[in-house]
Amino acid sequence: MILLDRVTKTYNKNGQALERISLHVEPKEFVIIIGPSGAGKSTLLKLLTREEKPTTGKIIVGGIDYETLKDKEIPLLRRKIGVVFQDFKLLPNKTVFENVAFALEIVGMSNKEIENTVPRVLDIVGLKDKEKRMPAELSGGERQRVAIARAIVRQPRILIADEPTGNLDPKHAWDVIRVLEKINKFGTTVILTTHNQEIVNKLKRRVITMEAGSIVSDRAGAEYKG
Amino acid sequence: MSVKQNTVVFKRIVKTGFLNFVRNAWLGIAAMAVMVITLTIILFSIIANATFANTVQQITDRIDVSVYLNDSVTIKQRDELINNLKGLENVEGVTYISKDQALVIYKQQNVGNSDLLTAISQTDNPLPASLQIKPRDPNRIEEIRTYLEKGDIKALQSDETSYSGDRKQAIDKITSATSFFRKAGIAGIIIFAIISMLIIFNTIQMAIFNRRDELTIMRLLGASTNFIRGPFIVESILYGLVSGVLSIIIIQALFSVSSRTFEASSLGILDINYSNTYFREHFFIFLGLQLGVGVLIGAISSLIATRRYLKFKTSK
Repeated sequence: MILLDRVTKTYNKNGQALERISLHVEPKEFVIIIGPSGAGKSTLLKLLTREEKPTTGKIIVGGIDYETLKDKEIPLLRRKIGVVFQDFKLLPNKTVFENVAFALEIVGMSNKEIENTVPRVLDIVGLKDKEKRMPAELSGGERQRVAIARAIVRQPRILIADEPTGNLDPKHAWDVIRVLEKINKFGTTVILTTHNQEIVNKLKRRVITMEAGSIVSDRAGAEYKG
Repeated sequence: MSVKQNTVVFKRIVKTGFLNFVRNAWLGIAAMAVMVITLTIILFSIIANATFANTVQQITDRIDVSVYLNDSVTIKQRDELINNLKGLENVEGVTYISKDQALVIYKQQNVGNSDLLTAISQTDNPLPASLQIKPRDPNRIEEIRTYLEKGDIKALQSDETSYSGDRKQAIDKITSATSFFRKAGIAGIIIFAIISMLIIFNTIQMAIFNRRDELTIMRLLGASTNFIRGPFIVESILYGLVSGVLSIIIIQALFSVSSRTFEASSLGILDINYSNTYFREHFFIFLGLQLGVGVLIGAISSLIATRRYLKFKTSK
């Protein structure tokens, strides 16, 4: 599903963000990436969404080789990948419903289909009764669940969650993680970066540890020592 | 995407453009104001140009060269001269006015002046027969003059040729004024078109700046360039359409005010009645032109303004 082969990302002469990263993620896997700030987790995710280009190395996601990817094909790629951000990135002037619907409007789904689809997805993330609320009226956990709803509403094969629990208290953090687990059960590959030791330890999934731009360990069911 | 999906997306782009136009109305006023000025200048220049051209044409039509013939000139000599004149490149036509016709014209022209009429009736018709030569281009009247000054042709003439010299001078003045106004008009159009493009450019950039987070999110969610850019272009096109209509209204108002103020016909070389008629006769062409130019200015400037913000990272 995801393949990185000796990927290096250098921002300037001195700053090496990623150094010869090789990684393979199978379909339907749930992978947790951990590591201190500046380890290169976010850069790695930005490479996957093609917000950044690798300096060297090969990236293939869902059969698409990024080397041959043209600019105009980038939107099409992003529609296949759901992304959840630490800072939610919701549109403040749109309601919960409209925020989720927006992801479908972009791809040309009809209003009728949107009206059918969005409530079902909001139900999955437990926000069915809040579809008319504005983001400002929601708690952090609820906002993050809106962002997840938006990320999965197009049924992507891959979901990337960049520290989605970073701004949340433990209760809301677990709400979000449970939604991610649920989505993974439906068959979506999930890549999650986090600092939360408890989450890593309880989930018992494949854990990739990064330090200073390199992968230092990659083990199934590993624990986070902090 | 299928045709149906593209249609849905297109409708959404247009709808968003309309909404943004309404929401950004205050921001758009500056852009529209300067665009109205640009379009008004364009329209005004076109009408003024046509009016000057008409004035020049009217005076030009009245310009001719009169060659007065000796009474001794034979019919053969006369016809030969006429044929030769017609053969000149710059001669559009030659009209022969016989002595009798000249007398009739003279009498008509001096109907009220009994002294002159009495004087002429007491003598045998003193008026010479003449040829009225109509030049194609009054600015090149010299060619005809050179021909007429030739010795053998000069010998056929009774009086000095009349060249409507004063009219020629008037024409020269108008022509040079017209050419000056035309140049000034073109310069004005270019300058204001650039200014209005820059202001629309700025307006759109400001709108983009205000909504840059939204654009980033749209990008990350996989919105295509057209989906993001489209509403801005629609918004600018609406600026163009509104400005086009306003400029037509302004010109229309100017004409109705000036016609009432000046009532009659002419302000020097600017024949307001003609301008007004010209404007009314070409109203729909002008409306189309104004809307077209407005849309063009809006579309081009917003295309350029959005370009920068929509590029994908290409550095490795």
